[in-house]
Order: sequence, then C-alpha cells, then structure tokens
Amino acid sequence: MAEDKAHGPLAQFEIKSLMGADPSVVEFYSFTNSSLFMVLGAVLVTLTLTMGIRRGELVPSRWQSVAELSYEFIAHMIRDNVGSEGRKYFGFIFTLFMFVFAGNLLGLMPYSFTYTSHIIVTFAMAAVVFVGVTVIGFVKHGVKFFGFFLPAGVPIFMAPLLIPIEVLSYFTRPVSLALRLFANMTAGHTMLKVFAGFVAPLGIIGGIIPLGLVTALTGLELIIAFLQAYVFTILSCVYLNDALHMH
Amino acid sequence: MTEQDPPPSLKNLESRLEAARARQQDARGTGDENLKAAPTAGMGLGFRITVDLLAGLAVGVGLGLLLDRWLGTTPFLMIVFFFLGAAAGMLNVYRTATRQGMAVGYSKGDDRRDDETPGSGDMGDKG
Repeated sequence: MAEDKAHGPLAQFEIKSLMGADPSVVEFYSFTNSSLFMVLGAVLVTLTLTMGIRRGELVPSRWQSVAELSYEFIAHMIRDNVGSEGRKYFGFIFTLFMFVFAGNLLGLMPYSFTYTSHIIVTFAMAAVVFVGVTVIGFVKHGVKFFGFFLPAGVPIFMAPLLIPIEVLSYFTRPVSLALRLFANMTAGHTMLKVFAGFVAPLGIIGGIIPLGLVTALTGLELIIAFLQAYVFTILSCVYLNDALHMH
Repeated sequence: MTEQDPPPSLKNLESRLEAARARQQDARGTGDENLKAAPTAGMGLGFRITVDLLAGLAVGVGLGLLLDRWLGTTPFLMIVFFFLGAAAGMLNVYRTATRQGMAVGYSKGDDRRDDETPGSGDMGDKG
C-alpha cells in the first residue's frame, strides 16, 4: 500500500523535508523539495538573465536573445495592457512571469517538483497581486475606488443586490488566478504520470501507444507551461490596469 | 515593350504587398489577443470559464461560512452567499465570454456595454 502510494500519479506532489532524517516530518521552517525548486527557479532565472546582459552586443548571442526576448515580451505586455503608467511595475511583473514560467518548466523535468502545482504557492502569489493592486487603487483614487462596486448608471434600488455581487466578483480574482495555474499544472502532471504508468505494464508492443501519448502530452504541457505563466501575468496586468485607470 | 513591362509586375507587386499586409494583420489580430496556439485556444477558454464559475462559488461559500462562524448565524449567511457567489461567478463568466475585460473593469466595460445593446439589455434583466 505504501509502495503503491509512493509510485502513484499523485506522489509527485508530496512535500518532503530535506533537512531532518525523516522526509515526512515537515515543519513550518523545513527546507522542502518545494523550497529547493523555488530556489532553483530563482537561481536559474537570475543566471540566465545575468549571462544575457553580461556583454551587450549589437548582434546578440543566444543568452542575450533570451534575456532581450523576455524583457521585450513583458515590456510590450505591460505597455499594451497597462500603458506607460505601468512601467514602474515592470520589475514586479517581470519577476512574477519569470518565476512562474521557471517553475512550470522545471516541473517538466523528470524527478523534479513543480512548485506551481501547489495551490498555496499560486495563491500566495495571487494574493500579493490582489493586495498590491487594491492598495495601488486606493492610494491612487482614494474613496472613489469604491465606485468599482457600483457601475455608473445603475438604478439605486439595485445597489443592495449588485454591490455584494460585485464585491464577491472582485474577491474572486485572486482565487481564480490561483486556481487556474494550480489546476492546470496539477491536472497536466497527473495526466502525464497516469499515462506513463501504463507504459511498463502494457509491455513493448502495447506500451508504444501510451509512450507516444506521453510524448505528445509533454509537448502540450510545454505549451501550457508558457501559456499559464502568460495568463497569470497578463491577468495581473489587467488587474493593475483596472486599479490605475478607473474613472 | 519596355513601357508596358513594368506596370504588370508593379501591379503584381502591389497586390502581393496587399495580401502580405492582410496576412500580417490577421496574424497580429489573433496573435496579441490570445497568444495561445490554435489547438489549445478553445480548451483554454473553456478552462477559464470553468475556473471563473468555480471561484465564484468557492469565494461565496467560503465567505459565507466564515461570516456564519463569526456571527453565529450558522446556515443562513452561507446560503445567501452561496447564491451571491454563484451570481458573481456567472457575472465573471459573462464578462469573460463577452470579452469585457478579463474579469472586471468598468471603465472599459461601460463603454462597451453601451455599444452592444443586447448585452446591456441582458444585464438589466438579470439584475
């Protein structure tokens, strides 16, 4: 039973402590496999970008292209979705994108851990975005920020019904932001493991079909890894834009 | 002969340029709105709508339960917030589906709502 669990499709999401003798004992201060991969993701991104900007050349090297492409990608995203006012939030948005993207990509390597497949991680990021955007909105608009919850031109007798719905709809944002990334990563990785689990039992002839499927799914997961990082970032941009440019 | 030769090729060039421009514009039009590759576009939208619905319900029920525990009105606020959360989820889905911003955004939504009269009629009926 214990062995079954250890090799089941959900075993990849288990948090293990890397500090004590027993990996199943996880305290709040433990350095876990999740922490390890977060550090790895951050180091990887830093390394890639540092290599990229180490020597600025007119004809970019591969490293430099990667750094420039990612910079321009996010810069355009912010310019299109937030406008020039969003430029000062570039650092945050860029970090967010790179961290999520690195996590999604790292998770695709065999034997690795996908930190974006844990809802607490994605929710923490979404909550930071949500709180930050709300604070920015308040600082910029003051009390007028509450105008968010009552669209202009709504009859006043509808307000008691509409305001709670709008407030709830506003509070849905971090949840759906977190849920989307988490669900995509978890579902994708579980699916991969389930199909991979069919390969060995079906033998050489029958196993080819699930093996091919796993290969195809890995490609799909690669797209999803980018897409979800992109969606997470662009939604953050949209929220930021809402907070900055309300009436 | 020499007079007549350039015009056809020029005309040809112009039409080809036009076609290329149209193609580029097409690519750009679908490209920046949703960068998702064609096979996953429908899936992505479906997934987004599912998550929107679920999140509305989850937030509504969660908030209702918390308020219930705080105020000691055990099932009632949860029931009320269940329906409010469902409505919020529907609202989010509606906004996603009609592309009025991805979630909220009245500044944009209002302008667009004025444009499409059927949309505004729906909103009024629902409210």
